[in-house]
Amino acid sequence: MSATIENAPKIHGGGPSIESPRSKRSPRSTKTNFELYGWLFMRLSGILLVVLVLGHLLIQLVLDGGVSRIGFAFVAGRWSSPFWQSWDLIMLWLAELHGVNGLRTIINDYAERDQTRFWLKALLYTSALIVLFLGTLVIFTFDPNIGS
Amino acid sequence: MTAVVEETAPGKGHGATAAERDHTLITITLRIRRFNPETDAEPYWQDFKVEADPTERILTAMMKIKAEQDGSLTFRRSCAHGICGSDAMRINGRNRLACKTLVKDLDMAKPITVEAIKGLKLEKDLVVDMDPFMQAYKDVMPFLITSGNEPTRERLQSPEDRERFDDTTKCILCAACTTSCPVFWSDGQYFGPAAIVNAHRFIFDSRDEGAEERLEILNEKEGVWRCRTTFNCTEACPRGIEVTKAIQEVKRALIFRRV
Ligand code: HEM
Ligand code: SF4
Ligand code: FES
Repeated sequence: MSATIENAPKIHGGGPSIESPRSKRSPRSTKTNFELYGWLFMRLSGILLVVLVLGHLLIQLVLDGGVSRIGFAFVAGRWSSPFWQSWDLIMLWLAELHGVNGLRTIINDYAERDQTRFWLKALLYTSALIVLFLGTLVIFTFDPNIGS
Repeated sequence: MTAVVEETAPGKGHGATAAERDHTLITITLRIRRFNPETDAEPYWQDFKVEADPTERILTAMMKIKAEQDGSLTFRRSCAHGICGSDAMRINGRNRLACKTLVKDLDMAKPITVEAIKGLKLEKDLVVDMDPFMQAYKDVMPFLITSGNEPTRERLQSPEDRERFDDTTKCILCAACTTSCPVFWSDGQYFGPAAIVNAHRFIFDSRDEGAEERLEILNEKEGVWRCRTTFNCTEACPRGIEVTKAIQEVKRALIFRRV
C-alpha cells in the first residue's frame, strides 16, 4: 500500500549513514564544491574566451592592416574606450584563471611527490598574481600622454 | 535446429556447425609480457608459438601455452565466458577480456601482444594488485541504502525507473575501464570509471536513498571532476556500458541538484 510503483521512494537527501563494510574509507577528503565550480568555470570561461580571444586576434592581426598598425597610438586609442578596456580586462582575468586552473589540473596529474606539487603550485599561483596585478594596473592606469 | 543437421557435410557427425567444418589450425605467436618478482628486475616480452583455431579465444591459446609449454605463465581466469571479470588484459594495446577476444578478430599474421592492465601494481606476469581498484569500489558504497521499516514484499520499481540505471548494472568489475584511463594512470588516487559506474547504478536507482552521500563522495577532489572525457573507458568496456555517459550523468546530477 505504501509504496506503489507510482509513488515509489524517490532519491532524496539525508539518507542514513552506513559505514562501508570491513574497510575504512580511503582518506580522500575536501567536502567542498571547489572541484565542481572549477569544472564549471573551465566550460563557461571557455565559451566566453572563444568570443573574446578570437575577436581579439581578429582585430589585432587581421582587420584593417593587421599587426602592422599596432603601436603606442593604436593601444592608446583603444584603451580610451571603456568598452575595449572592459574587453581586455575580462579577457585577462578569464584567460589567466582558466589557464591557471588548467595547469593546476596538469600539476595534479603529473607531480608525484607532494613537495614537487607544492612548489609547482606555489610558482603557478605567484606568477598568476603578478600577471593579474600588472595587467589590471596597466589597463586602469594607462596614461596616453606618457613621455610627452 | 533441424537446419543445422541438414547443413552438415556428409561424413561428419551430425550437429557439426560451420565453424567445425572449417576447422583449420593455424600457428599464431603470442608475445606475452612476463614478470616474475623473484627473479626479474623488469618485465620482458616472451614469444610463444601456439596452434589455434581462428575462432578460438585468446584465453584458450594462453591456457594451451600454460598446459603444454610453460606452466609458470600466470594469469587470472575463472568463468571463461565474460561474466566473472577476472581476465582483463591489454591485448594488442587495448584492454579486453581474453575470454571474449577471438583470434580471428586480431591480426593473426603478426605477433599478438598480451600484457597486464596498466596503472595497478604488477605482481606476476598478467596478475596485478586489484586492491586499490576494489577499495575505490567499496568507497562508493555499492549496496542498497534505505531508511525506515523493511517492506513486507519486494521493493517495486517501474520499468522506466529501472531503465534509468540499467546500463550500469551490467558491470563485472573487470577493471578494463579504470586501467585504460590516462587520468588513473597518472593519478592513482582518482576513483576511476568503474567506481563511478557502480555509484551510478545506485544513485539513479529509485529504491535507494544513499544518493546524496555517494554524490558527496564523488564530488571530492579525486571524484568525477577528475574525468577529462577521453572515452577510453567506454571503448574498453567488454560489457558495452556507456561509461563516459554514466560519468557525465553523475556530473550533471551534482551540478543541477546541488548548486
Ligand atoms: C579559446 C577558447 C577556449 C576554450 C573553449 C577552452 C576550453 C577548455 C575546456 C573545456 C577545458 C577543460 C578540459 C577538461 O576538463 O577536460 C580546458 C582546459 C584547459 N585550457 Fe582552455 N579553453 C580555451 C582557451 C584557453 C586559453 C586561452 C588558455 C591559456 C591561457 C587555455 C588553457 C587551458 C589549459 C592549460 C587547460 C587544461 C588542460 C587539461 O586539462 O589537460 N585555454 N579548456
Ligand atoms: S564498467 Fe565495464 S570495463 Fe569497467 S569494470 Fe565494469 S565491466 Fe569492466
Ligand atoms: S574468465 Fe571470467 S570474464 Fe573472462
